[in-house]
Amino acid sequence: MRKILRSKWIKLTVFVLCLVPLGQLAWRALHHHLTANPIEYITHQTGDWTLIFVVTTLAVTPARKLLQLPELIRFRRMLGLFAFFYGLLHFSTWIGLDKFFDWTEMLHDVRKRPFITVGFTGFALMIPLALTSTAGWIRRLGGKRWLALHRLIYVTGIAGVVHYYWLVKSDVRKPLFYGALVALLLALRVGFWLAGRRGKPAGKALEPKLTTAETA
Amino acid sequence: MSTKNGPEIPSSEVTPKWLYLNRRKFLAGALGVTAGALAGRTLRELAWPSQKVMAGTKLNVAGKSPFSTTEEVTPYDDVTHYNNFYEFGTAKEDPAKNATHFRTSPWNVKVTGLVEKPRTFSLEELMQLAPLEERIYRHRCVEAWSIVVPWIGYSFNVLLKEVSPQPKAKFVAFESYYSSSQMPLARYGGINFPYVEGLRLDEAMHPLALLCFGMYGETLPNQDGAPVRMVLPWKYGFKSIKSLVQIKLVEKQPDTTWNLSSSSEYGFYSNVNPHVDHPRWSQAKERRLGEFFRRATLMFNGYDQVAPLYAGMDLKKYY
Repeated sequence: MRKILRSKWIKLTVFVLCLVPLGQLAWRALHHHLTANPIEYITHQTGDWTLIFVVTTLAVTPARKLLQLPELIRFRRMLGLFAFFYGLLHFSTWIGLDKFFDWTEMLHDVRKRPFITVGFTGFALMIPLALTSTAGWIRRLGGKRWLALHRLIYVTGIAGVVHYYWLVKSDVRKPLFYGALVALLLALRVGFWLAGRRGKPAGKALEPKLTTAETA
Repeated sequence: MSTKNGPEIPSSEVTPKWLYLNRRKFLAGALGVTAGALAGRTLRELAWPSQKVMAGTKLNVAGKSPFSTTEEVTPYDDVTHYNNFYEFGTAKEDPAKNATHFRTSPWNVKVTGLVEKPRTFSLEELMQLAPLEERIYRHRCVEAWSIVVPWIGYSFNVLLKEVSPQPKAKFVAFESYYSSSQMPLARYGGINFPYVEGLRLDEAMHPLALLCFGMYGETLPNQDGAPVRMVLPWKYGFKSIKSLVQIKLVEKQPDTTWNLSSSSEYGFYSNVNPHVDHPRWSQAKERRLGEFFRRATLMFNGYDQVAPLYAGMDLKKYY
């Protein structure tokens, strides 16, 4: 397992896999299989995949610790950037195809409709994370501050779930499913933090995290 | 209704587009088998088998209706594969898949409550009450999309006159068929079943209110509310109850499903109204399926003739 995770090709493989949802959309578009309401279909698909990638990104650290596979950190930035990428597609579909660049109507919606406000917030919070995802920015900000900034992804996860929950009419199964995943992944972090506090004197607990962030 | 300008071909007699498309698909399939050269097309069909189309029984239609719009009719495939029918799943493509085995025969509709002549009609009896007309109506969903559908039926007031409402009757309560064994997915819908709807008696008497048995020249496909449904073109789609089994005339305003689920979002009247937003989205515009740009939504979905029903009412309050 470790060998595979360390290999040169695995990152490329994961990268290509992350593009499959986009490829599927493109294929369906070419063959007119985007359902009776293509714009809605694209919006829903890209929204779903944004949440899936946010959840997957949030799963990296707990999985790394629980499975004792530090190598998993290699994928965190890429997964996070894909979450941003699908979020950008989702947002662009809404503003470009649905609103057709009617910025006033868009701002009106962001102000007036809570589910859009919260969804937009979740997306906007990913922008600084995507911009500061490089090794150079980790150095410039310092590991501690960089980590603190990147905890914004927790807010994005919660905002994404609330956005979805507020959007559906009555069948809340899918938003609740994503909500349960985000809750579990955040609870695990609290667990690690509590365990770390109990096990080690203050200050030490951050140390291994910092180095992993640097190597990410 | 008879035609004014000489004999015209009702759209029921024109080969429906989907049928003709299906013939083409069949031919293409046959060719594909004999000539591997058409592999591209065949591969595509393998990846996405052509959507299942349920051909209904042809219905004889008396003629065109003056209520029909001349707007372009939405393709049959869209109207049969983009449905809100939560008894068969909540995703738009679910009902087409899950309603395939829904049993719609034998079918009875019970008319009860404050009527002089309560009666249970078999579907066949109900279809004989008046000549069937084709009515091409705009249909506007509360979710801000719309379609144009050639429905087949007759004005609901024919049935009401048949059973003679008592003077005390002020509202009509409708109930859909429900069976947890035939509709196992309904329990995930998040709304209560059986689905119930209602109208004020004068709304139900309006000639636009259609008791509907078919569309596109044929009986209704299961996913569109077979075998009999209401069509109320000036109201949001969810008011047009599907798979109707009971009609009850009552004195007080009856419960309606979506209003019970979320009363701030779905009112009893639910007339199409571009000036009253759904709390979570605007109702000012709609996307007509098949069109890229959204179009302006019209008051009463463009059926201004119903306006007198609501004279003097504050439609922001009675949304």
